[in-house]
Amino acid sequence: MIEVRELTKRYGATTAVDALTFTVRPGRVTGFLGPNGSGKSTTLRMILGLHTPTSGSVTVQGRPFADRPRGLRHVGALLDAGDAHGGRTARAHLAVLARSNRVPLSRVDEVLEEVGLGGAARRRIAGYSLGMRQRLGIAGALLGDPPVLLFDEPLNGLDPEGVKWVRGLFRRLAAEGRTVFVSSHLMTEMEHTADELVVIGRGALIAAESLTEFASRGRRLSVTVGSPDRAALAALLLGEGAEVVDDAGLLTVSGLSAARIGRLALEHRVPLDQLTTRTASLEEAFMELTADSVEYLAGDAR
Amino acid sequence: MTTVALPVASVTEPRARFRDLVASEWLKLWSLRSTGWSLFLGALAVVAFNLGTAWDHYRYFLQYDAASRAEFVANDMALWDAFTYNAALVLILASAAMGVVSVVGEYGSGLIRTTFTAVPARGTLMAAKLLVVAVVQAVFGAVVACGSFWSTQAVLSARDIGLPITHPGAARIVVASALLAPVCAVAGMALGAVLRKSATSIVGAVVLLLLLPAVFSDRRHLTAVLAHATPLHAWERLADAGPAVEEPFPWSVGGAWVVYALWALGAAAVTVLAVRRRDQ
Repeated sequence: MIEVRELTKRYGATTAVDALTFTVRPGRVTGFLGPNGSGKSTTLRMILGLHTPTSGSVTVQGRPFADRPRGLRHVGALLDAGDAHGGRTARAHLAVLARSNRVPLSRVDEVLEEVGLGGAARRRIAGYSLGMRQRLGIAGALLGDPPVLLFDEPLNGLDPEGVKWVRGLFRRLAAEGRTVFVSSHLMTEMEHTADELVVIGRGALIAAESLTEFASRGRRLSVTVGSPDRAALAALLLGEGAEVVDDAGLLTVSGLSAARIGRLALEHRVPLDQLTTRTASLEEAFMELTADSVEYLAGDAR
Repeated sequence: MTTVALPVASVTEPRARFRDLVASEWLKLWSLRSTGWSLFLGALAVVAFNLGTAWDHYRYFLQYDAASRAEFVANDMALWDAFTYNAALVLILASAAMGVVSVVGEYGSGLIRTTFTAVPARGTLMAAKLLVVAVVQAVFGAVVACGSFWSTQAVLSARDIGLPITHPGAARIVVASALLAPVCAVAGMALGAVLRKSATSIVGAVVLLLLLPAVFSDRRHLTAVLAHATPLHAWERLADAGPAVEEPFPWSVGGAWVVYALWALGAAAVTVLAVRRRDQ
């Protein structure tokens, strides 16, 4: 369980994290979403006690993590796949971490096998691909068999097989009753991974709810209608109080159901060649919600 | 979709011990191939500087006139070859650089975040790292200083001008030269912990340990005091074996040992405090 209360971090005049409050519960995978530069990594670092909050508090299993003399058995974390020295072998890297926490050395080989690096364990990390480094980082997080796991953008650089494996791993860890908190800037990554979502933008909380609840936010029902006589149909629908947008030869209608539109068209003898109900995807819901808080927008003239 | 099958049992954890951190830092140091090479090449360079000077004296000793030869023996100049000024400069640079790298290597790669997540007791971890680096550097310094003493005196003995370790001041030269390594390595660690970037930290070490001692003149009281407060001048004072040289502001051997101790303790304190206070 991770409890974040009114967490704020300022660097000079910049507010990186602004009064964040949310709880990450055990037994499920929680996605931590936000556009680039929205304060995800800063929040994760404050959870781990690496950065001191300007105000507010954060506890892991009821205590500030920085108060623990040793961390591996409490929280496993992958912050950045690059957070290792290229000159060491994977095995030496993990052995150093294990030794500091009195984790038996046999556990090092166990986690290396688990993440699929058993064959590369004695190779130096400098020669690893990004995907292999992600796997090494995950191995390090699993080392102490902790009840809480944090992963910052763990899917970067993984091949499709790796992505599938990581998703399965997160599900399994959550099913074992652990708290699993995974950050990402891509909704599509979370769609098949997370049960719960914490969404932030410009350091402030936008949503903290289940994936299903989040999806229903964006569910502004609309119906796409195609007709050879679009003008007549549009006039008809507008007369019924619907919102109509002519979009590339198709009408996007909101405020009326597909059934009602079909009946109206039949009554007024307007031919239809397409009638589709659309629900906004999670990705759209995410884009819509964070649209106002995107920090770095391409082509943004300032 | 959500299944809470087996709640994770409450964490049972063995007691946190300082010696686990020391063992971990020991493993961390020696699991890098560069550690052994740096120590080996550093030792080779320092001994070579001393041996070169001794060889020079051995080679040309018979060409000196009688007065010069008598002066060489009377002033214990054989001890100057045991550890030369140039060798001390090289040792300071090598040890300070190794100290810098032991800290900055973790910041440069980002490993520091992994390290401090595994061990949130950051100050204790740095204390373990200080201990490991200081011990390794003390052994390195001892090997270099002893190797230099015995090899140079062996060469000079071929002209019957070598001196034994029991000669007054000889042992002090060896000990002072050996300890110069851990003192400068710890200073390098402090710079690394404060500056965090390798290039800046190395430049900082060169300025602090080599450049400043060179620019402080010992002709005025203030600059003489500042000069005496540097490890290089302290080493010079301790390695100065011959008859007393006229100095405007003379200082004691005890004072020089105190300078060594204060640098080591001060730098260690800075290293621990720097990582405890700041965001990582």
